[in-house]
Amino acid sequence: MTAQQGVPSPLPVDEAPPRPKREIVIEAFIRVAGVSTIIIIILIFAFLLKEGLPAFFKVSITGLLARRWYPIEDMFGLLPLLVGSLLVTVGAVVIAVPLGLTTAVFLGELAPPWLREILKPVIEVLAGIPSIVLGFLGWVVLAPAIQNMGAPTGLTAFTGSLILAYMALPTIISITEDALYAVPKEYRDGSLALGATHWQTIYKVVLPAARSGIVIAIMLGIGRAIGETMAVMLVTGNAANIPSLSDGLYFQPVRTLTATIAAEMGEVASGSLHYNVLFAIGIVLFVITFLINSLATWIIGGNGGRRRGGQI
Amino acid sequence: MTDSIINIQNISFTYGDGTEALKNVSLKIPRNEVFVLFGPSRAGKTTLMRLLNRLSDLQEGATHAGDVEFAGQNIFNKNIDVIALRRRIGMVFAVPIPLPGTIYENLTFGLKMAGIKDANTLNERVETSLRQSALWDEVKDRLDDSAFALSGGQKQRLCLARSLALEPDVILLDNPTSGLDPISTSIVEQSLTELKKQYTIIMVPHSVQQASRVADRAAFLLDGEVIEVGGQAQIFLHPKEKKTEDYVTGRFG
Repeated sequence: MTAQQGVPSPLPVDEAPPRPKREIVIEAFIRVAGVSTIIIIILIFAFLLKEGLPAFFKVSITGLLARRWYPIEDMFGLLPLLVGSLLVTVGAVVIAVPLGLTTAVFLGELAPPWLREILKPVIEVLAGIPSIVLGFLGWVVLAPAIQNMGAPTGLTAFTGSLILAYMALPTIISITEDALYAVPKEYRDGSLALGATHWQTIYKVVLPAARSGIVIAIMLGIGRAIGETMAVMLVTGNAANIPSLSDGLYFQPVRTLTATIAAEMGEVASGSLHYNVLFAIGIVLFVITFLINSLATWIIGGNGGRRRGGQI
Repeated sequence: MTDSIINIQNISFTYGDGTEALKNVSLKIPRNEVFVLFGPSRAGKTTLMRLLNRLSDLQEGATHAGDVEFAGQNIFNKNIDVIALRRRIGMVFAVPIPLPGTIYENLTFGLKMAGIKDANTLNERVETSLRQSALWDEVKDRLDDSAFALSGGQKQRLCLARSLALEPDVILLDNPTSGLDPISTSIVEQSLTELKKQYTIIMVPHSVQQASRVADRAAFLLDGEVIEVGGQAQIFLHPKEKKTEDYVTGRFG
């Protein structure tokens, strides 16, 4: 502290002190766990490519983009399956996103506290319902109802969209509500003190501030919808045809990419062309999911400057 | 004392958890002066401020009794337009948090919410309010930068400026120099002298010293009650109440 103490003795630099054994063991364990996860992912991806890539050469890209899926006659047109997945997913998103966001805003901003205390846990429980149970519900309740409305059959793209929307809703609501809750109280106070109305505050301040959280909520919801197989398989009618606009686009049976793999994997000979094509569908699904995740990252990243400003 | 803009009559305020934050508070706030509300923490200063522009409405389960007259009208009258009230009684909070967006967006937010879209009017108000809060020279070339890029003192003045942009009658300043360095503090204090020519200012100060520097008139609050109200000289030099004297001279608090 004082000058009388003189020059402090230098720190020893010749030999590093031995590190505690415990630390070495823990660090090694964490390293192995982390690396092995990455290796497993790479292996899965390599396997998918090994089994799926040959299909792209044997069938050719034009063959895969053809309009007919009829594996018994070696017709592997993925177009009807792509259209089926697209219809069901887009339908689900169109239903679930507006409904989910408005419900979350209601829960987070408008509902009295006692109602929020009841609804929030109920919605979170809904997220835990096994998808196949929702499939039952679609089969037993929704499909007959839709047929009664005049569709040729109740097992349609629309039925699938409804079921998927219902599956995505709890995720979207719950995560959006968390994002709204995380918006600092000071933003609301500041906005209201500047003479903004309650609705202006929600629309102009709270929702933009929660944007990255809301995007994540929507993406997780969509992710659940695209990957879902069994419930969709039950209620979409499983016909690999391209629905025509003139006959009511959404009210015809379709088949999705995922349902095709699930339905046919059990009956193909390992190593056959059909087998390769099913893996190729897996690659297509992987690419789609990858694109959606990239889109989400890009949307959130576009808000980066503001996020660094200290929200969420 | 002849021309009071706000007349607080027998206000009591109880939070949802039963805490009595204000007990029978009566105050008359004169026009174009700096009125300081000071006292130890939990005295009810912030509660009283938030009551004046009815941000207290956000408190679930809170109740109040008594009246507040602003420009001759009872602000708790159920037909009163709360939004219009908040445009005329602006507030700057203790922690300066800009809204997400640029400096310009922060300054024009209140105006746009009020339906003012004319670019000339907006630009003019932005410049006037920034000059009034002594921020113009520092930010005039970077109005489109994020408001979060500003320093703490600049953010506080930005929050003041965005309230001024609405051209209110009264500005509530809730400890506007908390966390500011001495230089920023003195800039804010100096701007008050100019501001009170045009506005009525009600302020919770950072310290007793600051209170005595900026106040024209002051009220000493303790545990939700007004102990003493008076002019600057009375309160800080010749307090009539023992409790006020003890607090002002630093014997407690």
